[in-house]
Formats: sequence, C-alpha cells, structure tokens
Amino acid sequence: MSAINWKNVGLFALVALLILWTGLFQSWNVALAILNMGLISAIMALGVNIQWGYAGLFNVGVMGFVALGGLAVVIVSEAPVPEAWAAGGPRILAGLAIGAGVIAAAVQAYKRMAPGRLRALVVTVLLVGGFFLYRAVFDPGVEAVEAVNPAGTGFLGGLGLPVLLAWPVGALLAAGAAWAIGKTALGLRSDYLAIATLGISEIIIATLKNEDWLARGVKNVTGLGRPWPVPYEVDLQKSAAFVDWAQGMGLDPVTASSVVVKLAYAGLFAVVLGILLWMSQAALNSPWGRMMRAIRDNEVAAEAMGKDVTRRHLQVFILGSAVIGMAGAMMTTLDGLLTPGAYQPLRYTFLIWVMVIVGGSGSNWGSVLGGFLIWFLWVQVEPLGNALMGLITAGMADGSPLKEHLLASTAHMRLLTMGVILLLVLRFSPRGLIPEK
Amino acid sequence: MDLLNALVALSNYVLIPAIAYGSQLALGALGVTLIYGILRFSNFAHGDTMAFGTMVTILVTWWFQSMGLHLFALPTALLALPFGIAATALLVLGTDRVVYRFYRRVKARPIVFVMASIGVMFIMNGLVRFIIGPSEQTFADGARFIISAREFKHMTGLNEGLALRTSQGLTIVTAVIVVAALFWFLNRTRTGKSMRAFSDNEDLALLSGINPERVVTITWLIVAALATIAGVLYGLDKSFKPFTYFQLLLPIFASAIVGGLGNPLGAIAGGFVIAFSEVTVTYAWKKVLGYLLPDSLAPDGLVQLLSTDYKFAVSFAILVVVLLFRPTGLFKGKSV
Repeated sequence: MSAINWKNVGLFALVALLILWTGLFQSWNVALAILNMGLISAIMALGVNIQWGYAGLFNVGVMGFVALGGLAVVIVSEAPVPEAWAAGGPRILAGLAIGAGVIAAAVQAYKRMAPGRLRALVVTVLLVGGFFLYRAVFDPGVEAVEAVNPAGTGFLGGLGLPVLLAWPVGALLAAGAAWAIGKTALGLRSDYLAIATLGISEIIIATLKNEDWLARGVKNVTGLGRPWPVPYEVDLQKSAAFVDWAQGMGLDPVTASSVVVKLAYAGLFAVVLGILLWMSQAALNSPWGRMMRAIRDNEVAAEAMGKDVTRRHLQVFILGSAVIGMAGAMMTTLDGLLTPGAYQPLRYTFLIWVMVIVGGSGSNWGSVLGGFLIWFLWVQVEPLGNALMGLITAGMADGSPLKEHLLASTAHMRLLTMGVILLLVLRFSPRGLIPEK
Repeated sequence: MDLLNALVALSNYVLIPAIAYGSQLALGALGVTLIYGILRFSNFAHGDTMAFGTMVTILVTWWFQSMGLHLFALPTALLALPFGIAATALLVLGTDRVVYRFYRRVKARPIVFVMASIGVMFIMNGLVRFIIGPSEQTFADGARFIISAREFKHMTGLNEGLALRTSQGLTIVTAVIVVAALFWFLNRTRTGKSMRAFSDNEDLALLSGINPERVVTITWLIVAALATIAGVLYGLDKSFKPFTYFQLLLPIFASAIVGGLGNPLGAIAGGFVIAFSEVTVTYAWKKVLGYLLPDSLAPDGLVQLLSTDYKFAVSFAILVVVLLFRPTGLFKGKSV
C-alpha cells in the first residue's frame, strides 16, 4: 500500500459529516436511513464499476438485476403456500421446464444443422410449436395457483429459509440473467449492449408485475422476514431491559428501538460492503485485474496477446451483475416488502450511473464514495429545494396558482440536480472525485 | 360475409392502430437515426426531447383553447405545433452549445456522448415534470372520429365496425408529408446532400469545405421538429405522460437499430416492423379467427399470444434476433 491519500480520506470524512449533520439537525432516524441506503447504493455502484470501470461494459439494465435480487428474497424467505403448490405448482414447473427445453432445442438445432431452408423450418416449427405447448401446460397451472386465496396469497410462496440466504441467491439469479444477456449481446458494439440491457430490465419488471404466481405481481409481498441479528421494533419495546436501558440513556424507547434496528442493518450491510470492496480491490490489483484493464484500454492488442476478449467480458458482466443482484436483495430485505411497481429506471439504473461517474469510473473507492454522496443528495435535495422554493415564492401572494404549482413541483428538482451534477462532473472532472490510479 | 367481417375486425384492431403507432415510432426513430448518423452517438435524451416538445405544444394548445381558437374538426394542437417545435429547437440547440459541442471539439469517444445524453435526459425529464407535472394529460379536441364504428356498420351492413379516429388519420397523413419532405430535403437540397456526405465520410466532407457546425445545427433543428411531431401525434393518439415518453425510448431505439442505425429509410421500416409485431402479438385473435374458422374449430380462449404488458418484450425480441443475424440492421446501417 502506498501512503494514505488524505484527499480521499477527507472526501469520506465529508460524507460522514453530512450524515452526522443530518442526525444532529434533522433526526437520527433519517440519518441512519440515508446511511443504510447509502451502503446499498455503494454496493450497486461497485457492481456497475466492475462492469464499466474494469471492462468498459455499458450496462443500463441495473434496475432489472436489482429487481431480481428482490425476487430472490421472496423466493427464499417467504413461507411456502401448500394449497397453491397442490393446485398448480408441478404444472407451472413443468411448463417452465418445457419452455427452457424448447429454447435449448432450438439453439441446438440451429447450431448443429447445416444452414438452409430446412434449418429455418425446423427452428421455426420448434419455437412456434413449443410456445403453444408451453402455454397449454403453463396457463392452467398459473390460473389454479392464482385462484388460491388471491387476496392473501395467490402465489406459490417461497422456500421458508432464513432471509440472509436470499442475498447470495439474489446474486445467483442476477448472474444467471447476466449470463443469458451476455451470451447474446456481448461482442456487439457498446450502444447495442446498452439498449439490450435497457430492454431486458423492462422485461424483468414487466414479468414481476404480471406473473402473480411468482411474487404476487402488483399486489406486492409485504412483511418479509428480517435477517438473523436484526430485532423487531415491537419486541425491543416490549423488553423491559431495553426500555430501562433507553430511558437510562435519556432516549424515548420507540425512537431508540428504530435506531437500534437501523444500526443493526447498517452493521450487516457494512460487513458485506467491506468484504466486497476488499475482494474488488484484490481482483483489480491482481494479474486478472491488469488483464481486464488491458482489454478495456485496447481490445485488439489484448486479443493479439491471446486473451479471449468476449469470454472475459462475459465473466466480468456476470460478476458485476451478481454484485448488483445481491444489493437488490439487501434493499428488499431492508424495506421488508417487494413492490414491483416501484422500480423506475431513473432511480435504479441511471442514478447508480451518476454515482459511478461522479465517484470515478474504474475506482472502487470512488464508486463507494459516489454511492454515499449521491444518495445523500438524492434524499436531501428535496427538503433543500423546498426551502429554496419557499424563499423564491415568499414574495408571492398566498394561494396564487403559480406559487402553489412551484411549491408542489419541488419533488422534481432532484432529477434536474442529478442531471446537472452528472454533466458538470463529466465536463470538468471526467475522471471523478477519486480517479483511477 | 364472414370473410369481410374478419377483414374489417382485423383492420379495426390491428392494421389501423399498427399503422398509426408505426408512423409515430418511425418519426421518433428518424430523429435517433439522424443524430446517430451525424453526431455519431445514441441519444438517450430523445424520449424526453419528445416529451418536452409535446409539453410546450400542450401548454400553447391550452392557451389557444382558452382564447377560443380552434381548427374546427382538427385538433387545436396542430396550431400549437410550430410553437412546440420552435421551443424544442431552442432547447436542443442550447444543450448542444452547452453540452455536446465541447465533446465534439475534444473528439471524445461516443460513449462519453451517451453519458452526457443521460445527464441531459435527467435535466429534460426534471424540467418536464417540474413544469407540467408527472400525471397524465389529454389535449385532443375537435372531431373524435373520421369514421365511427356505428356509421360504418350502418353504411355497410356488416357486423363489425371500422373506426378511424381523427388522431390516427392525422398521424398517417402527417407522417407521410413529413417523411416526404425530409427525404426531399436530404436527397435534393444542397444542405441535405452535405448532411449525407458528412454522415458517410466526415473527413472527406470536411475536406470539401462543408461546415460541420452548420450541419450539426441543421440536424438538431430537424431532430427537434421530428421529435415534437412524433410526440404530439403520439399524445393525441394515446395521451401525454412524461414517464410513457421516457419508456418509448426502447421501441424507438429498437426501430432505429432494426432498420439499421444511421439509415433514414431503415428507421421507417423498423418503426413499422416493431409496431406491427407489437400489435399482432398482443392482440386477442379470438374475434378474427371466430369469423374465419368453422364453428367447430372456433377458439375457446382469447388467442392472445402475449399479454399487452409484455409489449416491450416484443420489441426487444425482434431487436435481439436482428442483432444476432444481421448486426447492421435490415437496411445497411453504419454500425459494426
């Protein structure tokens, strides 16, 4: 390790101060909420940085991988619904297996047969016939499952396992999706990968919204379990020891309980972030990391040196997506609910990109810093905007339509602010706050 | 008779909506493809440029309506359209000045332009939501139908009605005029030829004395007009909602890429390919098949291949297939 870079330490200290300031002047609950989402954002930014900073892959489908992580939480931790399984579970699984089999068969037919009319015919017949077969098996199962107590469950439920397991599973789900996308879209030019990932993320969200048997669709899954060391607020408030302790510290037990819960989450997230950051740094400084950067900086030269560029790209795309998927699972765990309607590309894809660019592409520490800083701004720009608008409109007559419109619109200030920040950084400090070495 | 009924139902639910939607996509994709051809980057802010132009048009429309101005059977928005185009032209020229020109001067990589366009997208998106709000707005007025389903049934005596909404008729007519004008401009005028030359070979164009900044300015002006027209037509046909316009980015890009990025003819073809596939795959064919097949074979279900919520999946699937088998698009685009 080289000498400590005091500028970078200062930047992190600045973010810490900002969060402390929120705690002192607004509330500790808000400050810890920012800290927790900041930790998650930092992990997401780390994932994007692995793809973009290490390898120059332009992934605009972050939202989809985040949502897959969220799905993993439902699949792993929710209790199974035996009635639904009895009604149509095996049928749905059979349908999915047929769907996968048909695609695999079509791919194999395409690869094995000689080009020509016959091949086109066989592939088409396989796909069209397979599609109708799949629907014929799959649809009745879905109807049966969704008919089981639709107001309460109406889905298959999960495996009933501890929610902590969902984090690696979320990473696996995202990695699987990344493999499928990477197989088709990598090797094409960068703009195409961007459009392809943008499309797949919209499809993932559409699937989550519509496939009620999977995770209840837009009916949402609420009351997801908590990971192991994190207590429930109600239990803390019931515990005499905790109430005594809180009052001894001069705190209101209700506030204290939610602060303790958030601190527990923060501890867990910090451990994950720490491990991932250490692994990313180790990878970046290893021969593998040097090879990735060599590929990024000059693909042709790297290929001439015998490096399999497409394969490396696939590898790094899967790794980065897995990290994003894990962050998505952590986020859903923190929220305690999965709401597919809440996934918006501006918030879950492009904001993460702002974090990476502002922090410094190619630099892991930069991405982490960007994650915290941009998340802090995203949350705090609204109250700041409110205050600013209050000042601007102070001279206007109360109840004037313009004043009311301006005050009601401050929520959209954060989009404007993020755009301005991104453009300023791109123009005047394109390497970000903590540049790559 | 059954055959006629089937044809009418098909036109009513598939052909007319798909042609209208295809025209809107084609106009949007032309904008994307022109930027790609001249400025050489994928403009992620295009959906929000459309939203901005539509928003200005809506505001001016409301103003006209409050003054009692109207265009009889046609929507008032047509009168307001030039104002929308002018405002959008100012906005895009402004962003070019402030944002993109610098990167052109330093010859930044295309990906940097794309990043910058994401910043512009955030700003435009925020601007639109700030001014008009995130909720849905309808601004169509004038006569609702050119032919209504009832009139058609009455006229022909068929069971099935054929409705042609004013917005759909208007979309198709406008698209034809705009595309004809654009191609005349690109192929016949000196400026248009210089744009094509610049798109084909930048160095050679510079060598023969074409002023790049002028080409870029004219491109932005055309793109502003195309984006606003596409946005207003889409808004008249469906409705205006900022988020929907942002989401249009995917089918628009799919159209441009399927046709071959940088190729105007391809953008139009791509728009119709995407629109027709989206509509046919998500349409419930029960009615049409019911007329065509004998009663014993009539389908029980809706015969809908995919639910309408998956229409993105359709554009995406076509996009992937084209990228895998013809990476430069149906018509030869410039991408590799």
